Amino acid sequence: MRQDFSPPAPGRMPHHSFRRFFLPLFAIMVLMLVALAPQQASAFSDEQLRQNAEQLNAKSSTKKLDVIEKMAADGDPRVAAILEAMLDGDLYASKADDKVVIGKKQGKVWQHIDVVSGAVTGESGSADLDKIRINNRLRGALRDALATLNLFSPDLAIRRAAVETVMDTRDPAMAPLLQRAIERESNPDLLARMELAKATMALAAGETSQERLDAIDILASQTTPQIRAVLLQFVNAAEAENYDPKVVAAAKDAVASVESRLKMWQTGGDVYRGISLGSVLLLAAVGLAITFGVMGVINMAHGEMIMIGAYTTYAVQQAFLVFWPAGIGWSLAVAVPVAFLVSGGVGVVVERLIIRFLYGRPLETLLATWGLSLFLQQAIRSIFGASNRQVVAPDFMSGAIEFSTGLVLTYNRLWIILFSLIVVGGIAAVLRYTAFGLQMRAVTQNRRMAGSVGIRTGYVDALTFGLGSGIAGIAGVALSQIDNVSPNLGQGYIIDSFMVVVFGGVGNLWGTVLGAFSLGIVNKFLEPVAGAVLAKIFVLVALILFIQKRPKGLFALKGRAVEA
Amino acid sequence: MNKTLQTIVGAGALAWSAMAMTPAQAADDTIKIGVLHSLSGTMAISETTLKDTVLMLVDDINKKGGLLGKKVEAVVVDPASDWPLFAEKARELLEKDKVAAVFGCWTSVSRKSVLPVFEEDNGLLFYPVQFEGEESSRNVFYTGAAPNQQAIPAVDYLMSEDGGSAKRFALLGTDYVYPRTTNKVLRAYLHSKGVADEDIMENYTPFGHSDWQSIVADVKTFASAGKKTAVVSTINGDANVPFYKELANQGIKAEDIPVVAFSVGEEELAGLDTTPLVGHLAAWNYFESVDTEANAAFIKKWHAYIGDDKRVTNDPMEATYIGFTMWAHAVEQAGTTDVDAVRQAMYGQKVPNLTGGVAVMNTNHYLSKPVLIGEVQDDGQFDTVWKTDGVVVGDSWSDYIPESAKLTADWTYPWVCGNCEKPKY
Repeated sequence: MRQDFSPPAPGRMPHHSFRRFFLPLFAIMVLMLVALAPQQASAFSDEQLRQNAEQLNAKSSTKKLDVIEKMAADGDPRVAAILEAMLDGDLYASKADDKVVIGKKQGKVWQHIDVVSGAVTGESGSADLDKIRINNRLRGALRDALATLNLFSPDLAIRRAAVETVMDTRDPAMAPLLQRAIERESNPDLLARMELAKATMALAAGETSQERLDAIDILASQTTPQIRAVLLQFVNAAEAENYDPKVVAAAKDAVASVESRLKMWQTGGDVYRGISLGSVLLLAAVGLAITFGVMGVINMAHGEMIMIGAYTTYAVQQAFLVFWPAGIGWSLAVAVPVAFLVSGGVGVVVERLIIRFLYGRPLETLLATWGLSLFLQQAIRSIFGASNRQVVAPDFMSGAIEFSTGLVLTYNRLWIILFSLIVVGGIAAVLRYTAFGLQMRAVTQNRRMAGSVGIRTGYVDALTFGLGSGIAGIAGVALSQIDNVSPNLGQGYIIDSFMVVVFGGVGNLWGTVLGAFSLGIVNKFLEPVAGAVLAKIFVLVALILFIQKRPKGLFALKGRAVEA
Repeated sequence: MNKTLQTIVGAGALAWSAMAMTPAQAADDTIKIGVLHSLSGTMAISETTLKDTVLMLVDDINKKGGLLGKKVEAVVVDPASDWPLFAEKARELLEKDKVAAVFGCWTSVSRKSVLPVFEEDNGLLFYPVQFEGEESSRNVFYTGAAPNQQAIPAVDYLMSEDGGSAKRFALLGTDYVYPRTTNKVLRAYLHSKGVADEDIMENYTPFGHSDWQSIVADVKTFASAGKKTAVVSTINGDANVPFYKELANQGIKAEDIPVVAFSVGEEELAGLDTTPLVGHLAAWNYFESVDTEANAAFIKKWHAYIGDDKRVTNDPMEATYIGFTMWAHAVEQAGTTDVDAVRQAMYGQKVPNLTGGVAVMNTNHYLSKPVLIGEVQDDGQFDTVWKTDGVVVGDSWSDYIPESAKLTADWTYPWVCGNCEKPKY
């Protein structure tokens, strides 16, 4: 604590500097409390607690901060409840008598809960309560204060969260408290985290070179961005204050070794994000692989089939909200077949009414389907309005798996990767094992021969186009989770879809799969270097060059079908 | 037979002359104004609201007896989020409909597109959206915020103790003129505050970008360098929704990495679950949550006009309101809708802000307005956490870009110029 009354050193976090004055005192007080725990239930009398709570309604955030510090230092268990309510925005001042209460929403009214006794003292509408305002600075202070109170919580999860906060804060003044917590901790996993937190503090608080070197030694074996930040901060401070050169060198080595391991994780992250983008491209393109790839129809309205699928998802969710609100988690599962039928139905109608008259005339098809895409967009805009629709994400698709190394795998993306593979597998199975698949392949390979053995080619054409459109609708269900459900949704995917199909090789499903994933990965590796806009341009240019070299894409179809 | 023919011809001629008469009569007892906002395409989400706002204000003024004893008539056109079409529609409004003033445009691209038309035809455009500054036209009044009325106070707040004392900044934006120019001003400003280039990250994405995984991961890495980091977002349009979703999914909390946005208002947050976003910030000159009588009356009027209590109000709506009211006052004062006379009458016009204080039109065609910084709440509203003491004068040429700092915009004697180093006269 040698720096307590000197100006903050460069590289330290100045917004924590206020703690340097309060926390040592506070730590000692809490320590005493912990030691005396059995006899000492509360240092505040009820009246003092109430007075302090009233002051939380102060105007300036600096004043509020002082009160929070004072209350946290008391260690009264009732304080934690008050501070938690404040952090959650549940602490109110009643407009009638200016009393500070915890507000709990019960249906349409707000129950007033007394801060001291915890009893319900009354209720009112929200208009009679003034929320006690907090900002990010207060939020941080509240979180830290709660963390210190929670280090001794009987609940393991609360203790775990508290240790993480202590680690983020890294205030040397908390070290004695942490030591106390380490002595009491029985869970080996958490104990290791606590030791690590202690090491990060020791690094900042260490007095001798040996202490510092020991701390660096422990930290160098870690692979988290957090530890890298701690070490970087230390290097800055060490260089500014002329520490032992041996210590500086060791710290720099430690940073380098942590960084090299983090790099590997980062590359892994890029690959994952590439696969994730690839799966989105695949979903968008796989329907086109059928309508364009197999049938040869340049379908500019493909994106709108995706959009219709997304709006179907929205409509299904609205129906759930009306008829079965509890089952909203199932809405996506129901939306998949419904979207397939709706988009597929639109596809069949479009094929019968427009496209069948245009086979073999690619230019007219292009223009007609482009017009159709504008028509569908405006139709949706007239029905649902111009503003975006909100599709609710079910619980199993929110959140993420977080690795301590900084890699985050979000659930919605993981599900979409899985879903895209299932869809492709399903299509492959239909093409290969069903009678319809056989007829479809027969018609594309040799239309006249297929017709002469009794296949109704027109009928197969309509169903094939319907299948491609239906798959696009299914893609819309998935995309509604990660993109805006707006009339323009499809336009964002049409170019990408054509790119994937052309790159993979027209008429080849596996080419589409490989094309989608390789374009996705290349894009994500370029993005951090070149930026999102340039990365897209590079990919497009590379694709054009590739097509010059191999006009038929990765996997070219061979045989009579190609010439036909 | 002959008679019948005569009658028909006569009736036809009568109908024809009646038809021809109507516009001529109309021109005498109405004042036409143009509304140039996209009602379809990507920008429809934001701009449709502004069209409705102008119509509400027109409705209101007509109920009070109109302007100069005439009715005000709004001519609504749809430029469909298509930038060149903006210029065509602007020409149509000015030359065919002969409107007295135009209220319109949202993106800076669309404003740049119509600018030559307004200058050629000596029209009058009221532009209601926050933008990058670095422009002052004799034919445009800018009622949205300039960078010094939005971006710079926001960065000041982030660097203050209450804002978290940020030392490192990630500037994320959509790839077009507004974010790039704003970030140029911000970078110069941050340099002047001693922030080094290595502590500034700039990243641009296309309109409607939806895959934010890598960029959010990059920001996380950037923030783990041991200094408090904040994100300054000039991301525009509906790309914001997947961006905030990704922030929430990757667990970025406002206490750790606050995001301050310049293009995210109540309208953009409507329908988004804002619980994970509580504490992220936005800088504007108006928030719906501000508790004043004028604001309550405005919200009530809006709900009554649009017939939906759930519709929110936002900053560009207030800017439209201020612009329209000032124009109406200037017309009353000038006693004519003649563009040159109205322009002269605009200088010094005062209109009370909905959030308190008085907005004043300056001779550089920018407003003096208060600046507010708000935190996102779980109900999709903003809670004001910081506010300037008085109003801030809009600065058309940034003091932080060396080549702009020399320039002055002042359309009164002796300057009469939008970008001069010395007075014309």
